[in-house]
Amino acid sequence: MSKPKLALYWAASCGGCEIAVLEIKEKILDVANVFDIVLWPCVMDFKYEDLEKLGNKEIDLCLFNGAIRTSEHEHLAKLLRDKSKVMVAYGTCACEGGIPGLANEFDKKSIFQRVYVETPSTYNPDKKFPEENYDMPEGKIHLPAFYDTVRSLKQTVQVEYFIPGCPPLEKTTWKALEAVIKGDLPPVGSFLGAGDKTVCEECPRKKEEKKIKGFYRSHLKIPEPEKCLLEQGIICAGPATRSGCEAACIKANLPCWGCYGPPPGVSDVGAKFMSALASVIDSDDEKEVNKILEGIVDPIGTFYRFGLASSILRRKKISQEKKE
Amino acid sequence: MIQKEFEPKIVGFLCTWCSYTGADMAGTSRMKYPPNILIVRVMCSGRVDPTFVLKAFREGADGVLIAGCHPGDCHYINGNMKTMRRYPLLVKLLESFGIENKRIRLEWVSAAEGEKFSNVVKDFTSVVKKLGPLNWKAIENQIKPAEIMVEKEKPSPGVEEVRI
Repeated sequence: MSKPKLALYWAASCGGCEIAVLEIKEKILDVANVFDIVLWPCVMDFKYEDLEKLGNKEIDLCLFNGAIRTSEHEHLAKLLRDKSKVMVAYGTCACEGGIPGLANEFDKKSIFQRVYVETPSTYNPDKKFPEENYDMPEGKIHLPAFYDTVRSLKQTVQVEYFIPGCPPLEKTTWKALEAVIKGDLPPVGSFLGAGDKTVCEECPRKKEEKKIKGFYRSHLKIPEPEKCLLEQGIICAGPATRSGCEAACIKANLPCWGCYGPPPGVSDVGAKFMSALASVIDSDDEKEVNKILEGIVDPIGTFYRFGLASSILRRKKISQEKKE
Repeated sequence: MIQKEFEPKIVGFLCTWCSYTGADMAGTSRMKYPPNILIVRVMCSGRVDPTFVLKAFREGADGVLIAGCHPGDCHYINGNMKTMRRYPLLVKLLESFGIENKRIRLEWVSAAEGEKFSNVVKDFTSVVKKLGPLNWKAIENQIKPAEIMVEKEKPSPGVEEVRI
């Protein structure tokens, strides 16, 4: 029998998920022994053409990380979907849109303006922007189209399993690989390596009644090591985040950032996080409440740090004038 | 052809103990108010999860009204205080999504304030009417055309291609 085939792909991601795969350390040799790796652009040289030549559902497992930002990402997502038996959204960007999804606060035009004109280190007096098609003496050059809106993998193709985390834990990756090798797969749509409660369930800190008079972002206050961070006024996404990370950040005296995405049954992580935060405010006076809420400087960045692309509203409104 | 005036869709979340009864009061007293409001009865204004508001906007609402008992009058002691704490944050969030703060309103309407309810709906409807349609569905559609672009992007046969 031939070896099962494995594909790994990165779309709009930072590369951290690739490192997370390598975090299984020497077991990566076992992976290479057991699997026939057919695509892994970060590590080995493969051509997309070779991938296109494979038959439908010939790949046994595809670990796809990163959000869908350009037409190339979308094309590869669809191609890999056709070729793979099991498609796994690996890491939060693929599951929820992740940090790249925060770009949905802007559109293509304003992103290009910022990146290619306004950034202090950029010298671009002719205001040239990358073009999708460009004629060179040697022939035509194509660049992938850049979309206005970042999407998660789930919003682009059908996905069998999700492995959340920014990046996913080493043992989770190994569990997923093991499950495929053994043919012991959970029901479709499951989250591998994550719980079905919130981070607060795993958090070792002492929790009492939460009543606070002010919010602090994590750089503004040194937290006490034993007490619940929210009780100290530090904005912690624990109550609105899926468990499974064993409260890794909180154990390191940092608040939860929400990288595991919303717990089951939540359609909009930001709305839930917002509710949770507002309900710990200790004031019945409207003015005082407003003053306390001034501590939350960037609502989208705070509440939707990883989930903007898959939230209910999905993006900031693109004004019509800008579009034309 | 007669040009139709824009009629906003407003979703109103009313608490059953005060504001819904207040709306009922307006009805039984035959007070007039615009038919633009679509009322959803909830047990308490504190039950209005921000998710409901976001979903209302996504599904085509042009404005959202949340109405509950006056502070101190809540049937559940302090449910409306939770709404009051949540509301400024929700407005701030909607603004950062590009939804004008005038499209959402929090009002305290007691069971006896039929007239207040009718005035609130009148005023809110005219404000939203001036703002024009929100049309969040159009934004959903802006996301989708990406797929058409991919089709167009495929190079026509015969054109020499250089991959970079």
